[in-house]
Amino acid sequence: MNAILPSPRGGVMNLSRRALLMGLGAGSLVLAAGGASAQQRAFGGAAMPGGLRDAPNLFVALARDGTVTILCHRSEMGQGVRTGMPLIVAEEMEADWARVAVGQAPGDEARFGNQDTDGSRSTRQGFLSMRRVGAAVRQMLETAAAERWRVPVAEVAATNHTVVHRASGRSLGFGDLAEAASALPVPDRATLRLKDPAAFRYLGKGEAGLVDNRAITTGRAGYGIDTRMDGMLHAVIARPPVLGGKVRRFDAAAAAAIPGVLRVVPIEAPAQHAPFQPLGGIAIVAENTWAALKGREALVVEWDAGPHGAYNSTAYRAELEAAARSPGQVVRDDGDAPAVLAAATRRVEAEYYVPHLSQAPMEPPVATARVTADAAEVWASVQAPEATRKNVADRLGLPLDKVTVNVTLLGGGFGRKSKPDFVVEAAILSRAMDGRPVKVTWTREDDLRNGYLHMVSLDRLEAALGADGKPQALRHRTVGPSITSTFVPTSEHQGPFELAMSATGLPLAIPNYRVENPAAKAHTRIGWFRSVANIPHAFAVQSFIAEMAHAAGRDPKDYLLELIGPDRRIDPGTLADRWNYGEDPALYTHDTARLRGVIEKVAAEARWGRAMPARSGLGIAALRSFASYTAAAVEVSVDARGNLSIPRVDIAIDCGPVVNPERVRSQLEGAVVQGIGLAMLGEISFADGATEQVNFDTYELARMDTAPREIHAHIIPAGSWDEPMGGVGEPGVPVVAPALTNAIFAAIGKRIRTLPIRNQLAG
Amino acid sequence: MVKLTVNGTEHEFSGDPDMPLLWYLRDIQGLTGTKFGCGQALCGACTVHLDGAAVRSCQTPVAAAEGSSVTTIEGLSPDGNHPVQVAWRELNVAQCGYCQTGQMMQAAALLKDMPNPTDDQIDDQMTGNICRCGTYTRIRAAIHQAARLQEAAR
Repeated sequence: MNAILPSPRGGVMNLSRRALLMGLGAGSLVLAAGGASAQQRAFGGAAMPGGLRDAPNLFVALARDGTVTILCHRSEMGQGVRTGMPLIVAEEMEADWARVAVGQAPGDEARFGNQDTDGSRSTRQGFLSMRRVGAAVRQMLETAAAERWRVPVAEVAATNHTVVHRASGRSLGFGDLAEAASALPVPDRATLRLKDPAAFRYLGKGEAGLVDNRAITTGRAGYGIDTRMDGMLHAVIARPPVLGGKVRRFDAAAAAAIPGVLRVVPIEAPAQHAPFQPLGGIAIVAENTWAALKGREALVVEWDAGPHGAYNSTAYRAELEAAARSPGQVVRDDGDAPAVLAAATRRVEAEYYVPHLSQAPMEPPVATARVTADAAEVWASVQAPEATRKNVADRLGLPLDKVTVNVTLLGGGFGRKSKPDFVVEAAILSRAMDGRPVKVTWTREDDLRNGYLHMVSLDRLEAALGADGKPQALRHRTVGPSITSTFVPTSEHQGPFELAMSATGLPLAIPNYRVENPAAKAHTRIGWFRSVANIPHAFAVQSFIAEMAHAAGRDPKDYLLELIGPDRRIDPGTLADRWNYGEDPALYTHDTARLRGVIEKVAAEARWGRAMPARSGLGIAALRSFASYTAAAVEVSVDARGNLSIPRVDIAIDCGPVVNPERVRSQLEGAVVQGIGLAMLGEISFADGATEQVNFDTYELARMDTAPREIHAHIIPAGSWDEPMGGVGEPGVPVVAPALTNAIFAAIGKRIRTLPIRNQLAG
Repeated sequence: MVKLTVNGTEHEFSGDPDMPLLWYLRDIQGLTGTKFGCGQALCGACTVHLDGAAVRSCQTPVAAAEGSSVTTIEGLSPDGNHPVQVAWRELNVAQCGYCQTGQMMQAAALLKDMPNPTDDQIDDQMTGNICRCGTYTRIRAAIHQAARLQEAAR
């Protein structure tokens, strides 16, 4: 069968089936990469479940009218992947971008390879396989033309949607060749010839507008919440406000009496711990969303809070502080930091606190499901289509191949939509309603009460400064509930991947360096949040470096550069980072010259060192994350009443070669705003086991008047397209908060160690 | 029975008059360009025009639209080329795009009242519209761009 045809109802694929001629090379897939051999550890995309696929017939369809349809197999949540990934294919196959339509692959890891859209890795891990897809299509088109003209294939070349025979001047459009090319065997990977990057027309040029621009600006873009189908019902769910809570008793009479309410359906939490399964609760299924909401309001439920009913953020912070003041599990140990610290005459120490945060995508979790006796189909804005498929299949007792996952556009993700609990809810309810399609909508209150929050973190740093003002020893204790607790509830320690995010793995020239991770229990579901543990770790470390600089009487930027030390390429494993964002440490070293480069870039752009007006200041921070290097310089002024304004932020990234610079800048701009927002306003706190913030009046996000007036995003150009790519979506976030608080210190001498800043500047 | 005009077409609605205009537009009319973000008029994702003024449809009962004219993003212009729509595309404002229909409806109302707004006026009028992706600097630039396009079209 033609493997490339997406479901006609699938997500954001709007072309009719008739518009697609056929898949290329049907039934003759190229081999797939991925799956580590027993002897050799795999890295990058090959190490991800499902690995990478580069079969052209999976991703590209040609139509007789010349339309080229390219499937995107990653989820679009604002990072531009539906533009960037197809652009790579179009470049290699010599397609005219104006004649490319983009479809969305359904969730099917066995066919498309890994589809998890997280970790800032779609482009860096998929770049080569997408180039191979395009190169294979180009070569098939060229072969088809050469056969038509009975000339050697070496005499023809594809260029801008046509294949040309140079000697005779003949040419054929891609549409003319669609049928013949499609019948050809897929070329062996070893025979593929990738384009010379010097001939790139699109990659690195930054001219490609968003493929969904018109749909978005006319209100026709299809997000998860926009799914509509005949006979569809609408549901909202009352869930336990405390993790592990249960329904003690409920009375559905008043809810059932609301006009439009059809049924009240209890949902059980699974008996065994399952990280992506629903929390349970009572669902109200109705003819429309409003009736469901009114029904839920009328529902009477009493909850048993369960084991986490006493979770209280003030008390928990005290627990974290106590833990950070005692030794913990040692996760990096160079030299003998405790001995040097004990003997030190000149010590600097500080504690930093970053609270829980909620991803709060503007589109809350919403999913639609239609479940028949032996199959299920869902439509949802998910970052993890395969996890969605597995969790729906598990819950319904269906084989995996009987579950179809259609991926819509995501109205933001930021890590929340990597967890498909909300999709499983829709599937349960469709089955309960005898197969009628059911859409489950989470309200904002649901999103903030029942999410998978960013960890809360307490970081304690202690340094012994030598006579030169530089640290001879540093001890960093980081403590907070780990994402691993969502998978293994007894887990009390951060995983290697969390610790590697700006705690271990720092290339600071400090001879005695110890990182410890004391234990912390989780009392709510902890999940990924854009840039993850880098947020608290980088806030602490980058603030502390500025504090040491101040103690030493040094310029913080110069001091930071000195701590990073001479240019060198470090194996992350020697810094106790054995994760390295999943990448090969031989290929992805910790290159301190690149870290220096982004710092010097933002310093120059912000005119670091210039005379500043009273109560104004510049702050700087930098890190390596997701295999990229970022730095930010923030300019602030604080008026006498403590009102903060941010006239300008400079942010720089060195992420290697760049597919679509326009989207990289856009991601950095957004990261700055999100970073400013979490630093100034962001906090989810708990009382009696439940979140105290349930909507945007109390869980405040950056608004236009909070955001910087000017954001200047700078991309450090790569030396060549052969250099490894880094991530883009996340690395902009974690440098922002410490650069901001360092700027505040420079402006008014007040050191912020607890986020959010909120009214700490008053008085 | 509530009678109202949506994007130029008259409708009658015999359901719950307390139903927020948001859910009437989305669930009953199938106009899904108007988005749900908070349900409490805190984020602006649901912004539509009621007799030309920007309102939060999540806190506007359908009964309040009796005899009125509602414009949604789908009806902002016949061809999708209102100056704000053009400017939004030219500057690639959107990231995820979810809040942008509300942003554009707010911006279109702003430009009617203030054809050539300052940065401070834009901040003041747009601060009720949250963008979690953080596209504010481009929104501001796009409003200036739309103002120029609007002026040029006169």
